Amino acid sequence: MFEPGSFLYEAWAARYGLLAGLATTARLSGITIVIGSLIGILGGVALSYGPWPVRLLLRGYVDAVRGIPVLVLILFSYYGLALLGIQISPFTAGVVALGGFCGAHMSETVRGAIESIPIGQTEAGKAIGLTFWQRLRYVLLPQAIRRLLPPWVNTAVEMVKGTTLLSIIGVVELLLATQQTIARNYLVLQFYFAAGMLYVLVNFAISQLGALIERRTAHFRY
Amino acid sequence: MTYQFNFDVIFRSFDKMLAGLWLGLWLAALSLAIGTVIGLLAAYGRQSRLAPLRAVVWTYVEIIRNCPILLLIFFVYFGLPELGIFFLGKIESFVITLSIYAGAYLCEVFRAGLASMPARYVEAAKAIGLRPVQRQVHVVLPVMFRITLPALSNNLISLFKDTSLAAAIAIPELTFVTRQINANTFRVMESWLTASALYLVTCYAIAWLLRRVERRYAVIR
Repeated sequence: MFEPGSFLYEAWAARYGLLAGLATTARLSGITIVIGSLIGILGGVALSYGPWPVRLLLRGYVDAVRGIPVLVLILFSYYGLALLGIQISPFTAGVVALGGFCGAHMSETVRGAIESIPIGQTEAGKAIGLTFWQRLRYVLLPQAIRRLLPPWVNTAVEMVKGTTLLSIIGVVELLLATQQTIARNYLVLQFYFAAGMLYVLVNFAISQLGALIERRTAHFRY
Repeated sequence: MTYQFNFDVIFRSFDKMLAGLWLGLWLAALSLAIGTVIGLLAAYGRQSRLAPLRAVVWTYVEIIRNCPILLLIFFVYFGLPELGIFFLGKIESFVITLSIYAGAYLCEVFRAGLASMPARYVEAAKAIGLRPVQRQVHVVLPVMFRITLPALSNNLISLFKDTSLAAAIAIPELTFVTRQINANTFRVMESWLTASALYLVTCYAIAWLLRRVERRYAVIR
């Protein structure tokens, strides 16, 4: 069972490569989700309340990015940014593409969440004399975030899955690390299956965590 | 930055790009069709009285929805031949993968659709004496498809975007063709701008068409 050529032996032999790949996947997903959420919150607020030129510009960004496959965005940013004279690693090009993609989706989600809050909340805020930023800070965003949570978790899972596309431009994340291992020992089925289960585990954990937070905060619905 | 745009090379291979786009549309449509069948069976499986069947379907849906599609593509394309399934071409293998992927998502869509069926429709069908299979075929399914129409069209668009991943196993769809043009001519901006524009236009064209279909057929609950 542990002789050379068996799955367990080869997996143990490749453990550092695979773990480094998993770490890269985690780092990529983390950075992407943080960047995406920041763009999303700013973009969502601007899409709801910004002056029309800003809204128009953001609408163009969001609709364009949502209509183009992620892989095309990744390849575009990988080949295109280099053309602009920016010396850029595949990792950074991938973060730019995935972050921009995540940001567009988040912006739309945040806009939806903000606009789904009844107008009465805004009116009540105005009536007690809150300024725009106070209304946003104390009235709208706290409610919006609760509505945001389920789609936010979905997007987070999508981003973890999306990091696999960076294997195509040569970022050694879990998928490419797995492929490198397979190239060495030809245990195709076993290693793809193991990597797949690892992704399922991570994503399932994220979903469950999201569901837990959702249950914890669900008591507050006006 | 002084970049001279030169779209000549793109025009010269524009027919290849359009062929790639067309192939992508076919792949998406085919996968949606097969995925719908899988999704329907799975949705009924989720409702089944047999606990093991429910567990199997649940496992299928959760694994597929939490697994990166690119990994699934590689698993089917490179892994299945090890199990003796080596008669699949690239395209068949990709369509199978995308269908299985779509099936998991559509299972959830149909499950929601079945759950939101008003009970009185089924009662009315019983009252006029339809047998269980007749009730499903003539009453439940038609209404459910009209309820889930918006979700189905969203799925078609996202499947179309997922066909870009077929480039990873060298299926000559738009992304693959664009990469070739890019590698052959070094017209980076031109090739990727054209590909992006083609994807955008196609996605919004599909969306526009399907919204019209929805306006005609969708049931607003």
